[in-house]
Amino acid sequence: MIKKVFIFVLLLGVGSIFLSLSDNFKEQKELKGIGRYYAENAADELGAANLVTAVVVTYRGLDTLGEVSILFLTSAILGFILSLKKTGSEDDKQVFLPASEILVTASKVMIPIIFIFGAYVFINGHLTPGGGFQGGAIIASAIVLSILAKPESKISHSFISTIESIAGIGFIGAGILGIVLASGFLDNRIMELGTFGTLISAGAIPIIYIFVGMKVGAELTSILVNLKETKNIE
Amino acid sequence: MQYLTLQNIGFATGFILILIGIWGFLTQKNIIKIIISFALFDTGTHLLLVAVAYIKDRTAPIIDSSVNSANAVNEIVDPVPHALALTAIVIGLGITALMLTFTLKLFKHKKSLDITKYKDLKW
Amino acid sequence: MIYIILSVFLGLFIMVMAIVAVQTDNLKVAIIATGIVSLFASIMFLIYAAPDVAMTEAAIGSGLSTIIFFYVLNKIRKSND
Repeated sequence: MIKKVFIFVLLLGVGSIFLSLSDNFKEQKELKGIGRYYAENAADELGAANLVTAVVVTYRGLDTLGEVSILFLTSAILGFILSLKKTGSEDDKQVFLPASEILVTASKVMIPIIFIFGAYVFINGHLTPGGGFQGGAIIASAIVLSILAKPESKISHSFISTIESIAGIGFIGAGILGIVLASGFLDNRIMELGTFGTLISAGAIPIIYIFVGMKVGAELTSILVNLKETKNIE
Repeated sequence: MQYLTLQNIGFATGFILILIGIWGFLTQKNIIKIIISFALFDTGTHLLLVAVAYIKDRTAPIIDSSVNSANAVNEIVDPVPHALALTAIVIGLGITALMLTFTLKLFKHKKSLDITKYKDLKW
Repeated sequence: MIYIILSVFLGLFIMVMAIVAVQTDNLKVAIIATGIVSLFASIMFLIYAAPDVAMTEAAIGSGLSTIIFFYVLNKIRKSND
């Protein structure tokens, strides 16, 4: 009982803080500060049509590097914890029910299309909504479909980790090239900016986003495959 | 009626989602339900971030044929909170996956999802 | 105006689904309700002129995390019933 009263009082307190916060919030009429700078200069400086991409990849590229590392750490810790459980119980194989006919047939058509759509999303990240994270998630969902259609198939861990390492090295390498050839780490002006609004433009942003997309896709795939290969707990 | 703006609706939804999340992880006993409450809390913060960035009658921060590049400052919403929300969503998935993995590990030891059965650190 | 009406309905639906997700005893229903909260939040992001965030939330928040929840639930439920 005392616990319920305590929780109620806590929620009331947090709620009143929120109420006064939104009461004091003044509606923005125009862009201020850093947002204004990005809106005025990002298109000319970096040549990216999508300003969110310009912020994520170049202006705050270091944050993206940290984010990708956190995702990598997650998949590494997850693999470590789940592999501790798998040892010593390799003798009994998992039994899978066969997937339905419709799912198997549809997956053959859908998986290549979903892969191409994911690649489209991260290659066009500087022009349209989308980018490496969304594209990587779409590719991982194609892998989910293939796992559902063929539960007994194995997805090679070394293949996933190879792609992941190549993408990571490429991402860091593009960043270091920015120090050498342009003005700082992860600067995208190591290449010609090109015509504004075309596919090959915005310097290194498409290349960095392709690496981010591959890396995120590989990490999410590794999380899913690790969870799939864990034995059911009896 | 003047309070019924898009921004205020976003604030209300976000704050109430956060409150439901806090209420959930304080009252629920099932570990999966606690993790679900954290996910709701996450969604609430993303809604708040995006609602803060919104400016009335403006469009998405993408410069194309419909947004004049020279006058972009007066036509687009704030892109910085969008970038933050993007980061927050991906990290939220990582946190959810980690918590669920630890749940699997805990379930293997005690064969229970009830958080009150885990008393090893209680004194 | 139409956006305000739409977002009021979306907001109310999100709140109801969140309460369902926390209150229900059926874990499957709770997980699906969380996915629906994310999906409708992504529509709200689109109304707030944030297509990037909407795409991420739809692909990651409502797609992949629901799948991960179900994977783990599947591993656990086998022994419960």
